[in-house]
Amino acid sequence: MKKTNQMKKIIYAFAAIAFLSFAQSCKKDSAFLDKQPTSTLPIDAVWKDPNLVLTVVGDLYDRYPDYQTIEAWYTFTDFDEGFASASGDYFRHQNLEYGYDAWRYWDMGAYGYIRDLNMFIKRGQESTALKAEDRDRFLAEARFIRAGVYFEMVKRMGGVPLITTVLDYDYSGDPSYLQYPRAKETEIYDFVIAELEAVKTILPDNPSVQSRATKAAALAMESRAALYAGSIAKYSNSQLTLPGGEVGISSSLANGYFTKALAAAKEIIDGGKYSLYKKNPNLSENFAALFTDKGSNPEVIFAKDFKLKTNKAHGFTIDNQPRSSAEEAQGGRLNPSLNLVQSFEKLDNTYASMASVDGSGNPLYYTNITDIFAGRDARLAGTVILPGTQFKGKTVDIWAGYQLADGSIITGDNFGQNKTNVLPGNAGSVQVVGADGPVDGLEFSAQSGFYVRKYLDPATGSGQIGTRSDVWWIRYRYAEVLLNAAEAAFELGDAATAANYIKQVRDRAGLTTALTPAQITFDRIVHERKVEFAFEGHELWDMKRWRLADKVWNGSNMSAADFINSNNIGSATRTSTQVFGLWPYKYYNPGNANHLKYIFKVIKPSRVTAAHRFRIGNYYSSIGQDVLNGNPKIVRNPNQ
Amino acid sequence: MKMRFYFMIGALIAVLFASCKKDNYDAPEADFNGRIVYKGEPINVQYGQVNFELWQAGFGNYSALNVNVSQEGTYSAKLFNGDYKLVFSPNQGPFLWKKNAAGKQDTIVVNINGSKTMDIEVMPYYMIRGATLSAAAGKVNAFCKLEKIITNADGRDIENVSLYINKTQFVDGSNNIATQQISGAAIADLNNLNMSVTIPGITPTQNYVFARIGVKIAGVDDLIFTPVSKISF
Repeated sequence: MKKTNQMKKIIYAFAAIAFLSFAQSCKKDSAFLDKQPTSTLPIDAVWKDPNLVLTVVGDLYDRYPDYQTIEAWYTFTDFDEGFASASGDYFRHQNLEYGYDAWRYWDMGAYGYIRDLNMFIKRGQESTALKAEDRDRFLAEARFIRAGVYFEMVKRMGGVPLITTVLDYDYSGDPSYLQYPRAKETEIYDFVIAELEAVKTILPDNPSVQSRATKAAALAMESRAALYAGSIAKYSNSQLTLPGGEVGISSSLANGYFTKALAAAKEIIDGGKYSLYKKNPNLSENFAALFTDKGSNPEVIFAKDFKLKTNKAHGFTIDNQPRSSAEEAQGGRLNPSLNLVQSFEKLDNTYASMASVDGSGNPLYYTNITDIFAGRDARLAGTVILPGTQFKGKTVDIWAGYQLADGSIITGDNFGQNKTNVLPGNAGSVQVVGADGPVDGLEFSAQSGFYVRKYLDPATGSGQIGTRSDVWWIRYRYAEVLLNAAEAAFELGDAATAANYIKQVRDRAGLTTALTPAQITFDRIVHERKVEFAFEGHELWDMKRWRLADKVWNGSNMSAADFINSNNIGSATRTSTQVFGLWPYKYYNPGNANHLKYIFKVIKPSRVTAAHRFRIGNYYSSIGQDVLNGNPKIVRNPNQ
Repeated sequence: MKMRFYFMIGALIAVLFASCKKDNYDAPEADFNGRIVYKGEPINVQYGQVNFELWQAGFGNYSALNVNVSQEGTYSAKLFNGDYKLVFSPNQGPFLWKKNAAGKQDTIVVNINGSKTMDIEVMPYYMIRGATLSAAAGKVNAFCKLEKIITNADGRDIENVSLYINKTQFVDGSNNIATQQISGAAIADLNNLNMSVTIPGITPTQNYVFARIGVKIAGVDDLIFTPVSKISF
């Protein structure tokens, strides 16, 4: 009896299992097999929620291209603005010429990005679930980014195939319908300008939005693009043209572009929502803070933002902090060159070399190490950490050694090295070189005699690998808008308007004697952009569009004589092919009036062995052989 | 045990030999060398700055082999036997290269079957004639004449003429210890160019320098030079 009961139980159990499993298999196959993935969102689900679309837009912003940026400090050393004080980067001063493929931007990455943008725009146009205002803003942002990408391509490559729809391959074996020829250089610039003009009214006109596209960001990009096109047209060079117009802009179009550049810049200026950053009465501190102050900064128009405690933080401060006060056992990589430092003019608007020697070659003696830099443009100390100045409240220790009465040099080969019985009349141990160097060939020491200050984060912990920095990378700021307006006005023959705009930027730098309209020259404009935008990624593109690059980086080597009582510092065509430095020494001669005063020497770091040479073929990067092989309609860039 | 040891050695040898056969291709063996000339005279250029391209069809992706031209205008390459097309890209050298009917740089077909010596004829913008370089009283003095070879619409002006001196045999705009330059606008007579440069102090001391004259042609990246001459003083 007991046994059958157990049997019954088992049978019931089996029956239940069988029933359950039959019930399961009664469902349709498709309901079982077609599952929504849990790791990715389907397109139509994304386009129902503005927060989800924002994540897609966030990715599109993140891929926005920059050539020189604080995320790659070494890019600032390629054009003699700075010296790379890191053993893996000395080669940047040892290569004679720039490769024709340098700064190329035409690959799977670039066109894959454009395809994603086109796809985003297409899906946005088809979507119906979002509120119209949300959708329009997203679409305008994508068009803004796309315009930015095409601008980046045209300034590096010249005209490129202009793809504004999503292209798909039909697997027919014949890809020829996907092979687009290059558009004209003007067509790309016109596209960029027209797109930005079209989206500016859709984008928010709100100066507190700084990491997403706004009306002012669109106008700032428009003014820069039009200015580039205008100067390419004006300074056109018969060698830099192609018969199909893929490269080269007719000089007759110059004024049209300058007019657009001026109008776009004026629209921001007259809008009155932005202004120059002037929070700190100390002009140098103010200029440095302009780049690091992220709290209601009225000057920043469009920036790439970072955030601590996420993977969106960067190591610019770790890489470049003064070695003596560094929070890690590194730093000091980017050393501004004397070429740049001496470009900062004196407060009376004149140019002068750093006064290391007098007219007959005798050294000049300075009581304080900073005296030699006194009376200069306030942007100098805001851009560069000079010997004897402070960062994070600590004074940097940059001096190269002692010079004795007989001219011999006592120095060391490590940071702040001590030596015993080296100074006459002093048998004790003395420090013979600064804790920040400079020591020739010692990485992280200030091998040019300077450290960079711009974009260096003053926050505690910014120099630690575990914390890093969240200082943003400013792509467009109000000072550029003013200088764009000034340049465009100058090129259109209106020097008075140009002088007015330049004055605002120079006033902030402490150069209070205004330049008269007659003093505004092309060289002045070149100079102003060089010192205002040092380490901001403008130099290469500016020199390219003015067609000055092959004159400035002409492959001829330089000598210290070029940096002593030089009379062509303000010249736009002044050669700058090799990095030079300025090293302070302490003069040691007890009993002499100049005992323990500072003298300065112009030096060339020994790692600088080649003179940079920018060839005519470098004005437009070469197109990859894979691109040429894949599309017979693509023509090569000139002179390559 | 011994048996297994021998077996392992045998297997190892077999593997090594097998892999030697399979992986390695023969190295290219044919020498291809010669000079870049104008009517038999070599064109002297800057070290490492001028090269021509060799293209070979039929092997996967199409790309160029670059062959460098030395300071003295000679070149040399190791190649596989086969048919190549030789071309100077338009930016290269202080000379013009002939164009095809479509206005593109024309190619020369080069058949390599064993070693080959070939002089490549080009059309320079200018030739430096009758150059003399000599030392006197702590200076290097130079004299030369310039002959304009291309006189039609393709001809170009002279941007500048420079005398370079250096410690080593590599002498050019980037490698020099002193230079003297005459700008193109300041040249009155192409047949009478005189330059002179003071020899600076050299450490370690040496009693000779290498010198040559380079001519920069407007809108052309590469300079044409005289042969390097070693001057004792």
